[in-house]
Amino acid sequence: MSILINKNTKVICQGFTGKQGSFHSEQAIAYGTQMVGGVTPGKGGQTHLNLPVFNTVRDAVRATGANASMLYVPAAFAADGILEAADAGVTVIACITEGIPVRDMINVKAALKANGAKLIGPNCPGLITPGECKIGIMPGFIHKPGKVGIVSRSGTLTYEAVWQTTNLGLGQSTCVGIGGDPIKGLDFIDCLEMFQADAQTEAIILVGEIGGAAEEAAAEYISAHVKKPVAAYIAGLTAPKGKRMGHAGAIIAGGKGTATEKIAALEKAGVVVAQSPAGLGAAVAEAMRR
Amino acid sequence: MNLHEYQAKAVLRDYGIATPRGVTIAAAAECAAAVDQLGGAAWVAKAQIHAGGRGKAGGVKVCKSVDELTATAQALLGQRLVTYQNAPDGQPVNTLLIEETLPIARELYLSITVDRAAERIGIVASAAGGMDIEEVAAREPERILRETVNPVTGLMDYQGRNLAFGLGLAGEQIAAFVKLLKGFYRVFIDKDLALLEINPLIVTTDGRLLPLDCKMGVDDNALYRQKALAEQADMSQIDPKEAEAHAHNVNYIALNGNIGCMVNGAGLAMATMDLIKLSGGMPANFLDVGGGATAETVAQAFQIILADSNVKAVLINIFGGIVRCDLIAEGIIQAVKEVGVKVPVVVRLEGTNADKGRELLANSGLAIIAANDLTEAAKRAVEEAK
Repeated sequence: MSILINKNTKVICQGFTGKQGSFHSEQAIAYGTQMVGGVTPGKGGQTHLNLPVFNTVRDAVRATGANASMLYVPAAFAADGILEAADAGVTVIACITEGIPVRDMINVKAALKANGAKLIGPNCPGLITPGECKIGIMPGFIHKPGKVGIVSRSGTLTYEAVWQTTNLGLGQSTCVGIGGDPIKGLDFIDCLEMFQADAQTEAIILVGEIGGAAEEAAAEYISAHVKKPVAAYIAGLTAPKGKRMGHAGAIIAGGKGTATEKIAALEKAGVVVAQSPAGLGAAVAEAMRR
Repeated sequence: MNLHEYQAKAVLRDYGIATPRGVTIAAAAECAAAVDQLGGAAWVAKAQIHAGGRGKAGGVKVCKSVDELTATAQALLGQRLVTYQNAPDGQPVNTLLIEETLPIARELYLSITVDRAAERIGIVASAAGGMDIEEVAAREPERILRETVNPVTGLMDYQGRNLAFGLGLAGEQIAAFVKLLKGFYRVFIDKDLALLEINPLIVTTDGRLLPLDCKMGVDDNALYRQKALAEQADMSQIDPKEAEAHAHNVNYIALNGNIGCMVNGAGLAMATMDLIKLSGGMPANFLDVGGGATAETVAQAFQIILADSNVKAVLINIFGGIVRCDLIAEGIIQAVKEVGVKVPVVVRLEGTNADKGRELLANSGLAIIAANDLTEAAKRAVEEAK
């Protein structure tokens, strides 16, 4: 088991023939992901990376039975691409694209609520079930099939958590990069719920950062519903107020969304919070011993 | 991206929203002409900077004669204004907005922002206008009124009425408020704003509703389709190093410490800053070189970091995913040679081709300190900066 994706997941790439789409599709194929084709409007009928190219996601789904998509389309066209995938019946949509206007994402979220498709991101590294299916830009080799579920707002911090759990021999069930934007698809709670229900996942790592109140909401959810051990790390203790720290969503606005508040909420919920990003592996190991 | 008050009010007027009458000046000599144009017996001079708290800092003054106004303009223009919201050295005042004064009966608060929890656009209003809304929210939360907007329907009249009655408005002011609020909402949507704050929204003694102040922030991600607003960016209001970094598409934020940081990924960059503090040091900056860092990006980042004379050591922390550590190592070596880095450089490489990268650094003949792990890297950088 795992969550969201596995070896049976059939994946297409939107923005397939572009530079990013090509590179990461090649990487996904090399990892063993069941890539079944891609979409680039106007290039339907061609073959790319030995896979069929389609004009529309609808055509791609009809011909291949794809149920997941990864998007490497420019920010100006990303909202359109996400909803095209959802409308065509794709159930797992990973949007890697960074820089989508907030207004577009508010509309996308409202539309997705009626549709039920699961969006990962945007502005995220994607998701991976080690040894089975890689949808995104993460380096495959640092992962190892195993027992820790990882959910994170940051790309390279996810890699830290992955690498440490791999080195400790724990491995990962599924890793989900939910992204650094203020309005996004799956949030911490969605992933916690799936990890709690997943038999393969024995412990969970949550990587958060300043901005918003998603970590506080996750802490409340953990108290009430998560029986598995949880470890966490929150980035941004030294971040100044009112400054956007790289991610669109990483900002302490109106004095709210500080790392201190988030750490306190998580500790209150019984989560082992690592002081340092280098301590994530040790923290989850400790959580599992408790 | 933030707009100045005078720019924001011009946007409102484009949407038929009345604002106090005003003119902008860039020199004290223009005061007499401004007074002639506005008429009346008193005017308010407002320093145009990208920060709140201007009033308390002496950046907003009511003047009752041309001489007084001219003296105020002389005192403010060309100076840096420090408020409790901006950097210790403040921001330059290059423009003053001179406005008519109005007889104020009430001061209200109104803002439109993205409500992250609701995943909608949210409206906040309060009868406690003119005050710091964060303080009001903390001390008297019952005085804060909220509405969130369903994107399918847009802002509805009933939501405007909820707020209007909640604010204690009555009679014709109810309809006037609803119309005004819908105008603000339209501006927020059309202009891809991240923030529209009217504090205060005044009720004049003759019953009119007017935005006395206006703060507008544009969603940076939407600037590509808001070109007219993007052209109004005032880079003088931003730290010069941040402006320079921005021009090179590097995410940089200046801080007060002495350890320069170069990291790939925003989360890891923040985490690296935190780890420096945990190890007893202070970061000089936040810097994310991004996922596709090249030798050129690394060299550029070095120059930005070293432009800060406080920097006594540099910590480079790269977790190679897509970007290969051997390429980053080559970039570091090239940059250290070309830029002439005079401070200790501590490097931690992990991920794709990390071994190769470490080998390149070790064999470079340069005084680059290769750390084996993140904790060691931070400790070493702190020691080197002492």
